[in-house]
Amino acid sequence: MHIPDGFLNAETWVTMDVVAGLGVAYAIKKTKTSLGERQIPLMGVMAAFIFAAQMLNFPVAGGTSGHFIGGVMAAVLLGPWAATLVMSTIFIVQCLLFQDGGLTALGANIFNMGIIGTVLGYYIYRGIGIFFGSKKGLFWGVGIASWLAVVLAATFCSIELAFSGTVPLRVALPAMAGVHAFIGIGEAIITVGVIRLILKARPDLLQRYA
Amino acid sequence: MEKWIIILLGVAVLAAVFLSPFASTKPDGLERVAEDKGFLERGEEPQVVNSPIPDYAVPGIKNEKLATSIAGLVGVIIVAALGFGLGAILKKKEKIQ
Repeated sequence: MHIPDGFLNAETWVTMDVVAGLGVAYAIKKTKTSLGERQIPLMGVMAAFIFAAQMLNFPVAGGTSGHFIGGVMAAVLLGPWAATLVMSTIFIVQCLLFQDGGLTALGANIFNMGIIGTVLGYYIYRGIGIFFGSKKGLFWGVGIASWLAVVLAATFCSIELAFSGTVPLRVALPAMAGVHAFIGIGEAIITVGVIRLILKARPDLLQRYA
Repeated sequence: MEKWIIILLGVAVLAAVFLSPFASTKPDGLERVAEDKGFLERGEEPQVVNSPIPDYAVPGIKNEKLATSIAGLVGVIIVAALGFGLGAILKKKEKIQ
């Protein structure tokens, strides 16, 4: 759900640009103190993978499609802050090169999907994992957090649209949350599937943040 | 790491090149809500940036599927390079004894 230019009013998109800017700056700071040598290739791979996956829209209920976000998947493998940077890179390239998402709306898109959908998603996943413990907790955490990441990103998007006067919250929120509740199922299935594969083949990749 | 990196990158490239032309073209969640609730036109004004490959279709290529495939390939290569580069620049610096 990449917001184009024109959906948000100036006050809103400027605010979100600032917020996202601060978030990304913080992510850079945190990444510098935690990113290991071995994770460098993983950043490139995750970027490639998530970019490709975001191109693969899948149909959901009645005449609509959804796409994968990938924030939680990236965070489970890279940690939330490096993941935010990977996601932000993708959004920037999508905006500048492919006109997917407006330049003014870049902050909002990075915030909704790269910070809420990634960092908050990650901490939800950790919380659930701690609650359940062990492998069961890992998969439940990944699944629920992925689903919530999509729904929460859509929620914040609705709030931004409402603040901009584009559409009232009581109209936008149920519509956005509703369709993204379905899209989120796709996100959860894909993310859990990928994490399962990685757990089988390269469990060491999950050690740091699982 | 090496073989795995190549496999995963390969999967990403294959998906971007061979699967993306067959992705659903239906409007995504936000677009659909915008259509239904009447604010889609706001997003159809000229965008701030004039991107070279708008909507993931390389201009000038008549075959739509091919245009999408090439867009996918270009995108995957660029973000992979940026991801690697970012990682290389930001990695934790070892203290030099």
